[in-house]
Amino acid sequence: MLVQQIINGLTLGSVYALIALGYTMVYGIIKLINFAHGEIYMIGAYAGIVSMGLLTLLGVPPSLLPVSILVSFLAAGVVSAAYGVTVERLAYRPLRQAPRLSPLISAVGVSIFLQNFVMLSQGAGDLVFPITFPLEGISFLGARITTLQIFILAASVLLMAALTMFINRTRMGTAMRATSQDRVMAGLVGINVDRVIAVTFAIGSLLAAVAGVLVGVYYGLVNFSIGYVAGLKAFTAAVLGGIGSVPGAMLGGVLLGLLEALGAAYISSEYKDAFAFLVLIAVLIFRPQGLMGSADGSGEKV
Amino acid sequence: MRRGGKIPSTWFLWGGWVALLTLPFVGAASAVQIALAVGLGGIALHAARRVPLDSLASGIRQTASSGWSIAGRHAALLLGAGLLAMLTLPLHANNYVIDVATTTLIYVILALGLNLVVGQTGLLHLGYVAFYGIGAYTYALLSTGVHASFWIGLPAAMLAAALFGLVLGFPVLRLRGDYLAIVTLGFGEVTRLVLRNWDEVTNGPNGILGIARPSLGGWVLDTPASFYYLVLVLALLALFAMRRIFQSRIGRAWVAIREDELAARTVGIDVARYKLLAFALGAAVAGLGGSVFAAKMTFVSPESFTFFESVIILCMVVLGGMGSLPGVVLGAAVITILPELLRGVSDYRMLIFGAAMVLLMVFRPQGLIGSRSLAYEFRRPRRR
Repeated sequence: MLVQQIINGLTLGSVYALIALGYTMVYGIIKLINFAHGEIYMIGAYAGIVSMGLLTLLGVPPSLLPVSILVSFLAAGVVSAAYGVTVERLAYRPLRQAPRLSPLISAVGVSIFLQNFVMLSQGAGDLVFPITFPLEGISFLGARITTLQIFILAASVLLMAALTMFINRTRMGTAMRATSQDRVMAGLVGINVDRVIAVTFAIGSLLAAVAGVLVGVYYGLVNFSIGYVAGLKAFTAAVLGGIGSVPGAMLGGVLLGLLEALGAAYISSEYKDAFAFLVLIAVLIFRPQGLMGSADGSGEKV
Repeated sequence: MRRGGKIPSTWFLWGGWVALLTLPFVGAASAVQIALAVGLGGIALHAARRVPLDSLASGIRQTASSGWSIAGRHAALLLGAGLLAMLTLPLHANNYVIDVATTTLIYVILALGLNLVVGQTGLLHLGYVAFYGIGAYTYALLSTGVHASFWIGLPAAMLAAALFGLVLGFPVLRLRGDYLAIVTLGFGEVTRLVLRNWDEVTNGPNGILGIARPSLGGWVLDTPASFYYLVLVLALLALFAMRRIFQSRIGRAWVAIREDELAARTVGIDVARYKLLAFALGAAVAGLGGSVFAAKMTFVSPESFTFFESVIILCMVVLGGMGSLPGVVLGAAVITILPELLRGVSDYRMLIFGAAMVLLMVFRPQGLIGSRSLAYEFRRPRRR
């Protein structure tokens, strides 16, 4: 029972972590709570459904499941990244020098717009993911872990490792770190700050899209309103880990998933959403910079 | 006016891009239409710009500013006219209009309360709806449980909300900026979850039915018009109280905290006390709004108090112009009335609403009526 809940929690948590990374990266660089990020995740899930539907229409046989899944990940990632970059360009970039709360309101506007756009074009009802994942699993310490769960965990770990490599090893990653430390200074030493920000949005959106497809396959359903709750949870995870910190978002996401699964199983399933927030409040009161946020107050700058 | 579209082909590039983006969702035919609409619309804009738009714009600006100064000189007159219009509204409007006006006034009350916390004191609060809900449920429970009248329920709701405001205020005194935002957000969500799951008291997701309408003496305010007048009086009272308190020592202390907390502390302002006061008073105003809302609907359920509602109230405050009382009233009016006006395009109204919010912020980031004194803070250091 306990092991089973931990496995479920880890699965859920790794998805939260993928979404949380988008929040934390954007926050780290432009200090914006990107409220539309949940919608980007939802867009990714829909793009995944659409591309899987297309593949089925084209007559790709079910035996090619891995290929079609890979293709829909790619499609979803590209579509979401395009949306993320466009949203940044149209709704956030003009507001970089504006009062602090203005981009927040703009983000809420984007969120309302995208939700309604998908609702109008794809309908308000649930859409069913056209593929089914083989459900056999392996037994592990008396619990069952399905192939899908293994797949989700592996995909998340792989992506997070790739992201860490990207941030720490590449030129663009270095530019991103520089920009998040001091945007003016980064500009002075010749970093194209606009491009760095665009890339940040693209990567964050791509990760969210992958999370969207993973969750879509996991639950088998998507709806235009899924972005809201997922966004809220992922944002919580990002703050829990220390917003602006990439390892923090990963840790926060996994912790949040575990908390929810264990809380729902052992305390009360009705209040499972409340645990996440109560723990968050407690963490922030005793450690305001989050679990892995820097303590030098840089996280506390308004 | 500043960005993009130097040459018409740029617009077609944008059109093509938007078409590509929407293609997976709307299909090829609609995507082509969207591309053409963006391209042609952009070119129309471009052509319109050939018309000496700048002089036109400056003309409008001049007219507007002279209008403002006239309005400033005759503020009393204008205020009187506005008041007269609001007082006589039920005489010539139908029930639908009166109902929208009543809802607008409830949001004015809520936005005024949130403005006290966010606009005046500078504390980013994302769980404001919790106090609204606590106020509404307080009156709902008092009314259905012990048949308390509205005139007992109203102060009780304000008191309960204020108490919870203090409960939230104490632990978050140390937090600033976005951390405060997320803790208040969490508080709002926890409150909603408690309302939804504490079946014995709140009747869970089904909510509470049969809340009594207010009465004056023996006269029950059950017509839309009479209720409208009640809310109007309460909103005006709230507005008046805000004006007075902002001009008082307390209001100035809040501004000092907003502008620079350290400096405020240095000149001897008890920061913790004034922050708690802001939380409690803001919550009390939300409680007032909540009890009025419960009395209007005669029904409350947890679904009225979602995070989205908090965000919408925050939008009213920011859209109108933070810290400016006329701005907050205007913001509440715009955000409540705009979706109603868009009912003609029912399916698309929230789509347009979202786009309008983005456009408004992009072209007027300081809000419709930005407060002068606020021009300074909340601004990050300029790049370049």
